[in-house]
Amino acid sequence: MFEPKIVAFFCKWCTSAGADLAGTSRLRYEPNVTGIRVMCSSRVDPEHVLDAFRNGADGVLIGGCHPGDCHYQTGNYQTLKRVKLLKQMMTDLNINEKRLRLEWISAAEGKRFARVVDEFTAEIRQLGRIQYTPL
Amino acid sequence: MKRVGVFVCHCGINIASTVDVSRVVEDLHDYPGIAYIQDYKYMCSDPGQNLLKEAIKSEKLDAVVIAACSPTLHENTFRLAVQTVGMNPYNCEIANIREQCSWVHKDRTVATEKAKRIIRAVVEKALLDESLEPIKVPVVRKAVVLGGGIAGIQAALNIANSDYEVILVEKQSSIGGRMAQLSETFPTLDCSQCILTPKMVDVAQHPKIRLLTYAELADVSGFVGNFKVKIRQKARYVDWDKCTGCGLCIEKCPQKVASEFDQGLGKRKAIFTPFAQAVPNKPVIDCDNCTYFKTGKCRVCEKLCPFEAINFVETDTYIEEEVGAIVVATGYDVYPVLNMGEYGSGKIPDVVDGLTFERLLSSSGPTGGEVRRPSDGKIPKEIVFIKCVGSRDPEHHFPYCSKICCMYTTKHAMLYKHRVPDGQPYIFYMDVRAGGKGYEEFYQRAQDEDKVLFLRGKVSKLYQDDDKVVVCGIDTLSGSNVEIRADLVVLAMAIRPSKGIEELAKLLKISIDQNGFLTEAHPKLRPVESLSAGIYLAGCAQAPKDIPDTVAQATATAAMVANLFAKEYLLHDPIITGVDEELCSGCGLCVAVCPYDARKTNREKGLVEVNEVLCEACGACAAACPSGAAQQRNFTDEQLNRMVRAILTT
Repeated sequence: MFEPKIVAFFCKWCTSAGADLAGTSRLRYEPNVTGIRVMCSSRVDPEHVLDAFRNGADGVLIGGCHPGDCHYQTGNYQTLKRVKLLKQMMTDLNINEKRLRLEWISAAEGKRFARVVDEFTAEIRQLGRIQYTPL
Repeated sequence: MKRVGVFVCHCGINIASTVDVSRVVEDLHDYPGIAYIQDYKYMCSDPGQNLLKEAIKSEKLDAVVIAACSPTLHENTFRLAVQTVGMNPYNCEIANIREQCSWVHKDRTVATEKAKRIIRAVVEKALLDESLEPIKVPVVRKAVVLGGGIAGIQAALNIANSDYEVILVEKQSSIGGRMAQLSETFPTLDCSQCILTPKMVDVAQHPKIRLLTYAELADVSGFVGNFKVKIRQKARYVDWDKCTGCGLCIEKCPQKVASEFDQGLGKRKAIFTPFAQAVPNKPVIDCDNCTYFKTGKCRVCEKLCPFEAINFVETDTYIEEEVGAIVVATGYDVYPVLNMGEYGSGKIPDVVDGLTFERLLSSSGPTGGEVRRPSDGKIPKEIVFIKCVGSRDPEHHFPYCSKICCMYTTKHAMLYKHRVPDGQPYIFYMDVRAGGKGYEEFYQRAQDEDKVLFLRGKVSKLYQDDDKVVVCGIDTLSGSNVEIRADLVVLAMAIRPSKGIEELAKLLKISIDQNGFLTEAHPKLRPVESLSAGIYLAGCAQAPKDIPDTVAQATATAAMVANLFAKEYLLHDPIITGVDEELCSGCGLCVAVCPYDARKTNREKGLVEVNEVLCEACGACAAACPSGAAQQRNFTDEQLNRMVRAILTT
């Protein structure tokens, strides 16, 4: 079976804490996602995402706080706007926009974290290995 | 290249049972960038920490990565440990291989591989981590309290009693706020003014408190520990330095207007103090109603004043002060009856709001404490109280509970019964919420001793019929319609944050919630802080609350202020985003995304400048910067890109 490589960016305050909760709750989920902890999802530059695809990531997951709950007031809205634009750009670059996913996962949502990881892994597995042809 | 040491923790079997720790050590041994790698059963234990410290010294390590549990647990532990052997704490990083690896995977091979990916990524970060020092910020040990009601009074007194200077700003000419208007207070029935006025006097006499009444905040800039506030002192037209408060001017002033303090029931003069026990007890001229200001003639007060204190040409002045902390205690307004069409839109004189009824009950009120209805001064024999008017009504008005109405309405009915023993009070209610020390007992007493009749149901409408107000309601407990021909109706109107809260919130850059109240930093764990550091919230500006809760919250803000002022410096996390002046084009994209106004465009230099103290280190600007000039310290683009690649390398 194809095992996709997925890079994730988790905000410190919500999603990374949600991932920790999934751990303390001993939930099981797919091992394909490896997370990088940033202070806020808004730190994620579209360039980091493209760089991940360029270096062989089959999928990129970004996790932030729910709308209205951002530790930095408006960071997650910036992320939302950027991801929207980035997805358009990915389509132009012939990368399936489904390979990038933005999810709001709170510190209380360990179960949701595990579910998102499993769902996203399954989706990427179905999409197959990334075929990246440099322009 | 920096010498990075990696320490892989077994966490007993918590990590070691799913992650093959010795395999990790073996496989990563030759990873470029790892100068030293070791595993240990419990890294957080004393022997574990000692091993870490020894290795830093003997292996001459510049940075360490501890592969263990979540950084929320022991990042601080390890950072403190490395500091003891002279390593900068920002060179100590945690790779979370427990919560985000060993605990969530079963297969030993895949968990071991994932642990390696996680460690490699964090090693890449550690290789480029800078040594950082917390940013030291000096503190101005002086606070400003906005609002001179019980919340502001309590906060100011407590801060001043900690020996810090306080400026108390009140928009009316006297402090006292809503509490000064109240008759007696639940559940003890002590007279509101009797417990409040001594505190008001304490404020006026306190050597550490500067009282600015008839004043309001005009502008604010700066940040925690270092705010600059500009306060507008409204023109009083009376020189308070000369005025002794003798009251002769008030007595002789020919112009009478409705008293705001008495909710329009009584009269005051155009030169006035809001109430007899006002602090400061000196008058101001209401220029909208003063005969001289309107017609150019009169000047009676000026002629009579023995101290030549009247000054008709006085103008607003501005006072600028530097403060370290701000307490917002601007209180509440009563939602106007005008908004209640089904209850007469405020056009029926004998339908009043709860605050107006307080003035009817107050011994210093317009009726001297006798319950006389506004229309004809008759003593009402049947009186109806309606609760939750505008509150708990998300379709038409406000979804929230105004919290104080259950208790004050019960008190109203009780006090009415004490004043008019042969009268009958009825209370229409949705629920009775008597949570609070002595509250339930108070509610029981109203029913048992004072024979207040509680009817569970809403009033659909009321209308004037001769000299009666007909109240049409339903008693849901008996299932019958109820019609009461009442002499007076009192509406427990919703309470709203006081007028001007939106402008104030904008000025202070603090947020307001969906109902218009100020938002606290965390509803449970940081209930008296705003989201802006150094700005604290007390009283009904934050949410509806009664006097005991208000006093408790105000005291808490004072503790927070004292806490802030007790430090020589404020320490600010240094992982902020700076500007590389060589690369910055001054485009300002980063300025637009900063939620804290930490970044400003300097047009002359064509650069963006950063106020490091305001930066909260989210990194949104770093991602927005098109040229790479904005780099978040220890979260640089290069670090993140290398982390990504380290994850993807097999």
